[in-house]
Amino acid sequence: MDLTFTPEEQEFREEVRSFFRENLPQDIADAVKAGGELTKEHMERYHAILAKKGWLAVTWPEEYGGPGWTPVQRHIFDEESCRFYAPRIVPFGLSMLGPVLQKFGTQEQKDYYLPRILSGEDWWCQGYSEPGAGSDLASLKTRAVRDGDEWVINGQKTWTTLGQHADKIFCLCRTDPDVQQQKGISFILVDLDTPGIEMRPIKLIEGGHEVNEVFFTDVRVPYENLVGEENQGWTIAKYLLTHERTGIAGVGFSMLALEEVKALARKVMRNGKPLLEDPLFAARVAQVEVDLEAMKITNLRMLFKAVKQGAPGPETSILKIKGTVIGQELRDLARRALGPSAAPFPGHITDGNLALAPANNANNAARYFNNRKTSIFGGSNEIQRNILSKAVLEL
Amino acid sequence: MDFDLTEDRQMLSDSLNRYLADKYPVETRNKVAYEAPFHSPEKWGELAELGALFALAPEDAGGFGGSGFDVSVVFEALGRVICPEPVLGALMASRLMTKAGADQEALLSGATKYAVAIGELEAPYDLGSIKTEASGSGDSVTLSGRKSAVYGGQVADVFLVAAVAGGRLGVYEVQAADAQVEGYGMIDGAGACELLLDGTKATCLIEDGAAALQDAVNAGIVALCSEAVGAMDVLHAMTVDYLKQRKQFGRAIGSFQALQHRAVDMLTEIEQSRSIVIKAASELNGEDATKFCSMAKNLIGRAGRLVAEEAIQMHGGIAMTWEYPGSHYAKRIIMIDAQLGDTDYHLSRVAAA
Repeated sequence: MDLTFTPEEQEFREEVRSFFRENLPQDIADAVKAGGELTKEHMERYHAILAKKGWLAVTWPEEYGGPGWTPVQRHIFDEESCRFYAPRIVPFGLSMLGPVLQKFGTQEQKDYYLPRILSGEDWWCQGYSEPGAGSDLASLKTRAVRDGDEWVINGQKTWTTLGQHADKIFCLCRTDPDVQQQKGISFILVDLDTPGIEMRPIKLIEGGHEVNEVFFTDVRVPYENLVGEENQGWTIAKYLLTHERTGIAGVGFSMLALEEVKALARKVMRNGKPLLEDPLFAARVAQVEVDLEAMKITNLRMLFKAVKQGAPGPETSILKIKGTVIGQELRDLARRALGPSAAPFPGHITDGNLALAPANNANNAARYFNNRKTSIFGGSNEIQRNILSKAVLEL
Repeated sequence: MDFDLTEDRQMLSDSLNRYLADKYPVETRNKVAYEAPFHSPEKWGELAELGALFALAPEDAGGFGGSGFDVSVVFEALGRVICPEPVLGALMASRLMTKAGADQEALLSGATKYAVAIGELEAPYDLGSIKTEASGSGDSVTLSGRKSAVYGGQVADVFLVAAVAGGRLGVYEVQAADAQVEGYGMIDGAGACELLLDGTKATCLIEDGAAALQDAVNAGIVALCSEAVGAMDVLHAMTVDYLKQRKQFGRAIGSFQALQHRAVDMLTEIEQSRSIVIKAASELNGEDATKFCSMAKNLIGRAGRLVAEEAIQMHGGIAMTWEYPGSHYAKRIIMIDAQLGDTDYHLSRVAAA
C-alpha cells in the first residue's frame, strides 16, 4: 500500500502545472469558472493550444499523434486541468471516434480522419440516442439501407451534444431489422452538410443550448463511411463505452466545487455569522467532503486496477454512480448557499444588480439544474446499477 | 502508487484469515461471544502466537508492525469472523505504551490483557469532557471517577485510564485487582465493564497525555473501521448469496431489480468505506491523522448502518432470528458506531476541522 505518486509522476504534474500557468488564456479560465456556456471559439482556441503542445489527444497512442500517456498521467492531467479551470476537452472526436477508428477503421479512414480530428478541421458529434432508444439503446430505429455504393439513412437522433458546432456525426443505424437487436446495428460516419439532414436545438431545463435533435430524411452517404463490418456497430458502441472511463468520477471537478462552496459559505452571512459556521450547513458540507475524500481513493484504486489488468472493469460503474451523486450534492449546496440570490435568471443579472451574489456564483442555480444530467447521461445511474448487478454481483 | 499489500502483510493477512476461518466459525464465535468471560483464553493465546498483537507495535517497541496498514490487516481479518477477542484494548494500550516508552513484552505476547478506559457516562467520546480525577503524586497517586463501557474490561488485567490532574489529561495505569470492575456481555457479543474508581491506587504512565490518547483513539478508529469493512464484506456476500437462493413468486428474489439495485448500493458504500480506511490507515502516523480518522469513522458509520439494515431487510424474517449468522454481523456493524465516536460526533469534528 502506497498512496504517493512516483517522482516521475510528480515531475509530470509540475510540468502540467507550469504549462497551464503559462498557456491557459485568462478569458477561457474565467469563462469556465463562471460556469456558463463556452463558445465554439473558446473550445477551438483551447484545443489548438493543447494540440501545439501535443497534449490534445490524451488517450491516443504516440503513433497516431497522442502523447502516449499512462492512465496515471491522464489522471494527473485531468486533476490539474480542473484546478486551473481549463475547459473539458470536447470528447466526441478525440476520445470517442478517434479510438474507434484506431481499433476498427480502415487504413484510409485512419489516414483521412485522424489528422483532421487532431487539427480541429472536423468537429464530430455523436448520433446514438433516439427518442425511443435511451437506456435501451439497442432498440434504436434509425434505418440505413444499402443502395449500390451508398447508404440511405432515415430516422432521428437526439441529445446530440454540441451538434450545433459540428460538421460531422457518427451514427448507430439499424442495417438489419430481422435479427436480434444487437446484431443488426452498424456504425456509419455522416457529413452534416449532406442533403436531408436537419438539426434543431433542444433548450435545456436551465435555458441553455447544449444538445440538439437531428433528423435524417433520405440522407445518402458513401458505403465506405461504414466503420468496421456491417452489423458490427454494437460491438463498437460497447468498446467505446468501456474504453474511455478515466475522469468518469469527476473527482477533479468535485474538488473544485467543494472549495467553491466553502469559499462562498465563508462570504455569505446568515444570522449574523458566515454560513459555514451554521452547524447544519457545515455538516452537509462535511458529509460530502468525506464522501469525496473516499471517492478520490476509490478512483485511484480503480485506476490502479485498470493499469494492472490492462482495461477498466465493470466496477468502474461505481465511479459513475457515486461520483455524479457527489457532484450533484455540491451543486445543490452551492445553489442553496446563495438562497434567493440564486434565483435571478443568469441572463438578467447586470453589474447594477450584481450586489445580490458574487459574480462567479451567478450561475449557481443554472448549474445545479444543468448538473442533474450527469446521473442520466452516459448510461443512467440505474443502468450502471444493472451493470454492477449483472457483472460484479452476478445476480 | 500501489494498492496491493506488501508480501509480509499479505502473509499475515492470509495466516490470520486461515486460522480464524478454521478455529472461529460462527457457532464457536457465538458461544464465546455471548457467554462469560465473553472471550476464549485459548484462542487469545493462539492469536497472540500468530503475531496478531506483535503486528500492532513498531519494531523499536518490540513488535513488527505498527503502521496503519498493519492495524488494518489484523482488524479486517478479525471483522470477517466478528471475533470477540479484546484485541482493540491491546492495540490502544500499545499505542499509549509506545508513546510512554514502556515495556510491552507482556502485552504483545498476550500474557497480560490490557483495556483502555477513556469514555465516561457523560463523555463517551470527547477527550475534553473527561471528569475522572487523578490526585497525589509519585507512589501515592489515586484515581476517582467512573469509566463506562470499557471494551475488553471484563477480562483485563491492567487498565490504562484517562484522567485529569490539575487541568491536564494524563494516562494512568490501574491494576484490575485494585479497582471495582463490573463486567458484562454486549448485545453484539464480546464484553466490557464499568470501571469504578474511588481513591483507587494508580501509577502515572503519561502526565501530559492528551496527544497520546488522541493517537490511541485514532489507531482504535482505524481498527474499528477495518473490522467493519471485513464484517460488511462478509454480510454483503451472505446477502447476495441469499438473493440468488431464495425463491418467491417462482423465481430467485435476486432477479428483482428493486433488490439488485439495493445490493449494488451496498457494494458502492463498502468500496467507499474501504477507500476511506486506506486513506486513514495511510495517515495514521502523520500530522492529519485525527481529521482522516474522523472522516473514516463518519463514513463507516453511515455505510455500516446502510449495509446492516439493508442486509436484514433483504433477507426478510430469517435475519430477525438469533440462529442466522448474518444477524450477528449486522449487530456488530451497527454497534461499532457507538465505539470511539459515532457518525454525528465525527461529522461535527470534520466540519470543525
